[in-house]
Amino acid sequence: MDTQVTNEHDRQEHYLNVDYGIRSWLLTRDHKRIALLYLGSITFMFFLGGIFALVIRLELLTPAGDIVGADTYNKLFTMHGVIMIFFFLIPSIPAVLGNFLVPLMIGARDLAFPRINLASWYIYSLGALFGLWAVFTGGVDTGWTFYAPYSTTASYTKVVPTIVGAFLVGFSSIFTGLNFIVTIHRMRAPGLTWFRLPLFIWAHYATSVIIILGTPVIAITLGLVAVERVFRIGIFDPALGGDPILFQHLFWFYSHPAVYIMILPSMGIISEVITCFSRKRIFGYSFIAVSSLAIALLGFLVWGHHMFVSGQSVYAALIFSVLSFAVAIPSAVKVFNWTATLYKGSISFEAPMVYALGFIGLFTIGGLTGLFLAALGLDVHVHDTYFVVAHFHYIMVGGAIMGYLAGIHFWWPKITGRLYPETLARIAALIVFLGFNLTFFPQFVLGYLGMPRRYYVYPPEFQVLNVMSTAGATILGVGYLLPMLYLTWSLRWGARAGANPWRATGLEWQTPSPPPTYNFATTPLVTEEPYAYPLREAREY
Amino acid sequence: MATTEHVVAHQFDDAEQQHEASTLGMWLFLVTEILFFGGLFLLYVAYRVTYPEAFVDGSHHLDLRLGTINTVILIGSSLTMALGVHAAQVGRQRALVGFLLLTIVLGSAFLVIKGFEYAAKFEHGLVPGPGFALTGPLGPQVELFFCIYFAMTALHAIHMVIGVGVLAVIAMMASRGAFGPAYFTPVELMGLYWHFVDVVWIFLFPLLYLIGGR
Ligand SMILES: [Cu+2]
Repeated sequence: MDTQVTNEHDRQEHYLNVDYGIRSWLLTRDHKRIALLYLGSITFMFFLGGIFALVIRLELLTPAGDIVGADTYNKLFTMHGVIMIFFFLIPSIPAVLGNFLVPLMIGARDLAFPRINLASWYIYSLGALFGLWAVFTGGVDTGWTFYAPYSTTASYTKVVPTIVGAFLVGFSSIFTGLNFIVTIHRMRAPGLTWFRLPLFIWAHYATSVIIILGTPVIAITLGLVAVERVFRIGIFDPALGGDPILFQHLFWFYSHPAVYIMILPSMGIISEVITCFSRKRIFGYSFIAVSSLAIALLGFLVWGHHMFVSGQSVYAALIFSVLSFAVAIPSAVKVFNWTATLYKGSISFEAPMVYALGFIGLFTIGGLTGLFLAALGLDVHVHDTYFVVAHFHYIMVGGAIMGYLAGIHFWWPKITGRLYPETLARIAALIVFLGFNLTFFPQFVLGYLGMPRRYYVYPPEFQVLNVMSTAGATILGVGYLLPMLYLTWSLRWGARAGANPWRATGLEWQTPSPPPTYNFATTPLVTEEPYAYPLREAREY
Repeated sequence: MATTEHVVAHQFDDAEQQHEASTLGMWLFLVTEILFFGGLFLLYVAYRVTYPEAFVDGSHHLDLRLGTINTVILIGSSLTMALGVHAAQVGRQRALVGFLLLTIVLGSAFLVIKGFEYAAKFEHGLVPGPGFALTGPLGPQVELFFCIYFAMTALHAIHMVIGVGVLAVIAMMASRGAFGPAYFTPVELMGLYWHFVDVVWIFLFPLLYLIGGR
């Protein structure tokens, strides 16, 4: 009986078994397969960046420089940052889950431009190869920020290949963002109006807007740094009257919004997961949707908060400070709405939900400490200390990666047709949460006490907190390895997932798992709002 | 008049949806291009405000005659491109191919003239770098002007080269009868791109060649 069921299941044609062989993957136009190509690439980069992080934490176990010298340490934190931000975080959710889910969620057969989608993966891979070339032929030491004039004239490391890599990866994300915007505008299923869209789609729409408007600016800026190095000219060179501060303006014009490229898709996932495992309609749907756009637009007006001590005018700094406070409002709107969704919900703690709840807590801490940094006076005190390091890791790791893991677990049954081992996954989620807090909370304290970032030695009185942080990093490493192992295991031995193991709403759950190549047997017709879960808002009963 | 039936790609419902999607995609691409050039325009503005005399001095070292000729050529090529798109829409096959080829010729002429201009700059030592010829109090800042000049015009020229290459492909497709009133999206999108590159030059020309009242 059992084998019969299995055989029947295997006979059903879906995007994974429709054809086999390396060619069918490398030349695929199917958004779902391209998502998996991306999943492989970014997972590799994530673990590479993670190794650098572990070496950094190991070096900081003691106050003295035991394992590496100053120069190597500079390269370690640079490559950790470059790989994690450009090669992992920015593509992570959009290129993997977004790629897989955007057409499914809006009832389309594919993205608008499948060939451009595949091209984006090749461009990403080429960029990653440049990045790896830089890493394995001596590394780069400018910090992920590539500040001129150090990057343009002083550094003797592999700046140009790293920049070429980041430049190419930028174009791959432009292709992805462009594809999403066109697809969401033009290819929604009949009846799927804008305010019936899942919040995951709203988040990806807003993210794509940021990608389209921001990425070209970082591309030209980094391009100029490379040109300046290669041709020995001086666009940012103070010797000619060039202005390195201009580089910082251009760099942060993209790189602040880039934080939202990382966190907005994650917020989209949280909206889906919270409402599903509360079995309750999301609270304040339109506020969450519009707040994504508000973040996308306001996010472009606050970059100066990275330059409070760089010598910009105090009036500019004042404005940037005020606007940075303002950009916290739409984020807070989301947090309040998620919490209100939980209220009187019928909550169950499946692994995606554990990650999502972790996200809410950690993102709140990351966001509130962001307000500390937006305050002009306080920022001067904690600028370039571990306080900043802790803050952005709470956003990018505690926020973006927690959301990414929530999403990977939530849609794993849809992607692979298999269930992951639930108990193990819950334990892993708790390990990640505990390991994360142990790693980064002490860094808030360290920074407040005055430990600067980017040094490989430190005064002995900081050791206890650093030991805590390193211990936490080890636990966090285990927490990240576990999903890697059991998710791989589940590919073969996981229980079969039905079309809708979570009893979730949304078009992606109405098609078999894994979905057929063109996603739906017939184009679905949408007749109701999203999140039609049984429980309504609290006031109604 | 040859109008080939064009197959709608699997992800679209009909030809209209496909056309709308492609057009929106092209406009979004042009938005990214505006921001791509935008970084350079910002640098131009910042440095020109800081060093107005050096920018005027640098501008006077540019070849106004060649710049003007190139401007006329490029505007002309935009006209032939627009006529080409029109020819595709009304299904005039030979005219379409002819206008596309004319656009290629004009675009190439622009690039050749630009090449002569660059060559002259090399001869006169006006290329930024260790061998920059101009000394004197304004020297370094004039060098900065030339950094911006070369960055902007070279980026523009790269876009021209890509444009001419894609035009050649489209002209080849057109000569095989790929386009007609029912399907001319690639010609139309190429037109958008070409006009964009033209408009960038319309900004570059006065900003680089015509400042300082000459
Ligand atoms: Cu910022």
